[in-house]
Amino acid sequence: MGTTTAVTMEINAESCALDLDNRTTLLDALREHLGLTGTKKGCDHGQCGACTVLVDGLRMNSCLLLAVALDGAQVTTVEGLSSDAVLHPVQQAFIDHDAFQCGYCTPGQICSAVGAITEAASGWPSAATAQERPVGSVALTEAEIRERMSGNLCRCGAYVNIVSAVAEAAEAAREAGR
Amino acid sequence: MKTFRYERPTDPAAAIALVAGDSGARYLGGGTNLVDLMKLGVETPELLVDVSRLPFGEVEETGGGGLRIGAAVRNSRLATHMLVRERYPALSQALLSGASAQLRNAATIGGNLLQRTRCLYFQDVSKPCNKRRPGSGCPAREGVHRDLAVLGASEHCIATSTSDLAVALAALDATVHLAGPAGTRSLPLTDLHRLPGDAPERDTVLRHGELITAVELPPPPRSARSAYRKVRDRASYAFALASVAAVLNVRDGAVHEVRLAFGGLAAKPWRANGAEEALQGRPATEDSFAAAVRTELTACRPLRDNGYKVALAERLAVAVLAQLAELD
Repeated sequence: MGTTTAVTMEINAESCALDLDNRTTLLDALREHLGLTGTKKGCDHGQCGACTVLVDGLRMNSCLLLAVALDGAQVTTVEGLSSDAVLHPVQQAFIDHDAFQCGYCTPGQICSAVGAITEAASGWPSAATAQERPVGSVALTEAEIRERMSGNLCRCGAYVNIVSAVAEAAEAAREAGR
Repeated sequence: MKTFRYERPTDPAAAIALVAGDSGARYLGGGTNLVDLMKLGVETPELLVDVSRLPFGEVEETGGGGLRIGAAVRNSRLATHMLVRERYPALSQALLSGASAQLRNAATIGGNLLQRTRCLYFQDVSKPCNKRRPGSGCPAREGVHRDLAVLGASEHCIATSTSDLAVALAALDATVHLAGPAGTRSLPLTDLHRLPGDAPERDTVLRHGELITAVELPPPPRSARSAYRKVRDRASYAFALASVAAVLNVRDGAVHEVRLAFGGLAAKPWRANGAEEALQGRPATEDSFAAAVRTELTACRPLRDNGYKVALAERLAVAVLAQLAELD
């Protein structure tokens, strides 16, 4: 039995069939095999969040996922968020709020924020959510955003503007959902 | 990373047979710890058997009002599950205090319980470590041990377990269901992990090929409340320096029922049986909480740089019990 495996994933709504060394992480599959270099490799140990993508709608660290284990999965990277040259509202909010300096962590921050906004809208609590009886969607206050985005490090320290960008995008999503 | 073979069998028996028949085989859940350890060279499996899609992905009510949690359930799904939030707040809080949102979305309940210590020496293959290479020594004892064990350690190993989930499950009297080549068995969660003794390489009592299939919670005690609180170096996304899970039921100002477990202090979740006994029937006051917790923590044997954990654990436990007793 070999050490390579055939994998088919749907990446940014396109079916991709790959024959991969079993050691290949999703991050390396995206960058090295598919040329999708928007997703960044920071620590490569699941500590910095630069490699965050959405897998079946949930944000995950692509550096810790073995691609062979994702056969059949739907993956969305930063390249897949915008359509027809129109930026995703979270991307636009990052520009409007100057939510980056060097930009290296930004694709991961943006994918993570998209996931965080969906999670909060689905009523998922965080460690910053009051523990009363469950209600519907959770409003993304500054404390909520800081807790929910804690898996994404920014060495430039653009956190203040990242928080305001995520808050605005979350509020826009809530308005649109009403 | 060393090369390895990968298999994703569709039924549990086939998965168990594959691992049982190969001493170099490991189960793969979410991979958030195992894949990292493979990158570090700490784990070098020859075969990964992916169990993340086996039919262990459900959270179900049991007949008696408890909950049966499949081992492949993702941490975030369990933390946000309505029944967990309503009946076992300590469990939801413990899960939400662990790792980051990205890791919680990938990690599984079974894998969380089997994560390895984050002791720096264990994760650095250029250093001796009795857990990673038995007999090579433990540099942590004289070296960097600020975050390591004060309870139940041995001269061979002072590693701590880092699962927040396990601490909450210990206080909630959870049972772990296992399947292996010799059949199925069940254990109290508190019997799953081992103290190091003279075999620190063995984190748990699992035999090779045994697979966690589910975790079962008994119904929450009537009228009891539960909570989990964790202290760490930063506000979020860090391992516990100390943590406490507690279940408390106060009647007429006295402790009617209490369960208490500590995290961050030992190689396993530390169920505080001594403190629980000392509290039974006592007034639910901060003084009696503190006295009982001190009884438990007299067993602490701190080293040069981790003595702060003893006072921290005491204050944390008193604060959590006082919160549950609504003393403030």
